[in-house]
Amino acid sequence: MTVEVRLFASFRNGRFKMKDVETEAGYSVGDVLGKLEIPVAEVGILMVNGESAAFERTLAAGDVLAVFPAVGGG
Amino acid sequence: MAGYCGKILRVNLTDGQIKQETLDISLAKKFVGGRGLATYFITQEVPADTDALGEGNKLIFSAGPLTGSKVPTGGRYMVVTKSPLSGTIASSNSGGFFGAELKHAGYDMIIFEGKSEKPCYLYINDDVVELKCAGKVWGKMVSETTDALIAEVGEDKARVAAIGPAGEKLSLIASIMNEKYRAAGRSGVGAVMGSKNLKAVVVRGTGKLAAADEEKAKEVIKGVMEKIRQCDVTAKGLPAYGTAVLVNVINETGIYPTKNFMEAYTSRADETSGETLADKYLVKNTACYRCPIACGRLCKVDGVEAEGPEYETIWAYSADCGVYDLPAVIKANNLCNEYGLDTISAGATIACAMELYEKGLIKDEELDGVPLEFGSSEAIVEWTRKMGAGEGLGAKMAMGSYRLAESYGRAELSMSVKKLELPAYDPRGVQGYGLQVATTNRGGCHVRGYLISPEILGLPESIARTSIEGKAGWVKVFQDLTAVIDSLGMCLFTSFAIGADDYTDLFNAVVGEEWTGAELLKAGERIWNMERMFNLAAGIEPCEDKLPKRLVDEPIPAGPSKGQVHRLAELLPQYYKERGWSEEGKPCAEKLAALGI
Repeated sequence: MTVEVRLFASFRNGRFKMKDVETEAGYSVGDVLGKLEIPVAEVGILMVNGESAAFERTLAAGDVLAVFPAVGGG
Repeated sequence: MAGYCGKILRVNLTDGQIKQETLDISLAKKFVGGRGLATYFITQEVPADTDALGEGNKLIFSAGPLTGSKVPTGGRYMVVTKSPLSGTIASSNSGGFFGAELKHAGYDMIIFEGKSEKPCYLYINDDVVELKCAGKVWGKMVSETTDALIAEVGEDKARVAAIGPAGEKLSLIASIMNEKYRAAGRSGVGAVMGSKNLKAVVVRGTGKLAAADEEKAKEVIKGVMEKIRQCDVTAKGLPAYGTAVLVNVINETGIYPTKNFMEAYTSRADETSGETLADKYLVKNTACYRCPIACGRLCKVDGVEAEGPEYETIWAYSADCGVYDLPAVIKANNLCNEYGLDTISAGATIACAMELYEKGLIKDEELDGVPLEFGSSEAIVEWTRKMGAGEGLGAKMAMGSYRLAESYGRAELSMSVKKLELPAYDPRGVQGYGLQVATTNRGGCHVRGYLISPEILGLPESIARTSIEGKAGWVKVFQDLTAVIDSLGMCLFTSFAIGADDYTDLFNAVVGEEWTGAELLKAGERIWNMERMFNLAAGIEPCEDKLPKRLVDEPIPAGPSKGQVHRLAELLPQYYKERGWSEEGKPCAEKLAALGI
């Protein structure tokens, strides 16, 4: 199955903005991040389909995973 | 007296008299400084029912005890007055170097009263203070005014806070600009300055400020600097992408107001994001006084280099107007800075006008050939210019979205609270933030208690954005703490890295006190209640603690927050209770007595 991964800010450097990533049933958010070699410690905000998500969250086909480093502004 | 200069300048523009007054230090500490102390003076000296653009209103430039000190980001100052836009207390915050320069010249505060017969500016060079003729720069843009006045006084290092043509023409969304690009933007403070025929304040200060305990201050500052350097937000995200790094975060959450809040998500956000800005238009970062973050953006478009745009500005001119064209957004931002317009209110008013046009209320014959169509790059640039110049319908738009929409019989289409335009977050998908903006003393403002931080960014901890549980308490604490940070003279962005105890340590070391964090927060609560009492006396009743009808009645139509509305009716009673106010939303005598006001 595939999930859509959207990367933002510094996570785009040397990677991509948006990509369909092949996963297997039962894959978690953390598994996908590992596959993309994104260090967990650098992750600030994780969203699955616009909702805040944990690393343990199991992904389903067609989910949209958005990954941000810690950011702020206003 | 460390931290404070102990001197106030009182400038009567009617008779030209300038007096130095001694600041009561115990009074200053009670209200901290900056926003709090100036609000105290306004409540004591300006009857709440005063015409905001009349001679009876006063305009205060106020620095905090940490402004001009060695504390990181200690360069902030506040402009406090009665707002001509909202009728509420106005306190508009700015960075840059002007506030620190004022302190280095030896003053905590300047109080302007009355009205000058002719355009003038105030020149301060340490102990020499004089009112000078501004005839040559009246009608000029902010950058030209700034350069001309620096040349006229012959002090290259002088700092200038000035209004542009918008403030002169009494636009109710006019800003005061210092160092050309830093804005005391909100609430129409520039119109109050214009109403007094005061074009600018030019300051040169050469004094040095010592902390009460230099060794302790050095140690505390070192610790705070370390926290700012260790925090990914202040050390990485803001320097690399500026505040506009939020564009994609807020859009991906589905709370990015689009087309005057008719929608809350766009597939095109990235076209005008902080990432795209950094990639295509950023020349270099800029920093305010003693700021290690340096989130400012010097950008270049069509050969013109200027600072900005910030996140809120990008949103107002981009998604809110349906325009995904960064060069056009940058040009509109530059026009706002030159004419002296608040970028949030200006962009949001154009978005409101676009909806009025789409609904057939604004007619083609009013538009001078520039249709107010969502998505039009030409419209955002040209209508900003017309607002600044006060041309045609632009003159009406320069009074803000509420008065514009009201004039067409559709006030509910103004996305504002207490007539101040809402910033770049849809309250329907973020409940605490919605409560915060509904109850803020100056109206629809995000920086009086930035609940986006815990509800979206997960700082200092993550709380569920769609839940109302516990939100009233969060809002109260954030509002009170922010009142303190504003009053100290520090940048709010430090709060991504440090907490109430750190601010307390900085205050204690610089001022020479032994306050607890609870005492500092109580000072914030005192300031908040004092502002509330001014508003009540001004006739701003608790029924004004509301959100636009659209945000409580119409569910978000699509995107990640689809179906959500704001639950303000449930939250308000909890908030009033949390504040210790009556069920009607008024501070009771016991609460005021406990706060010493």
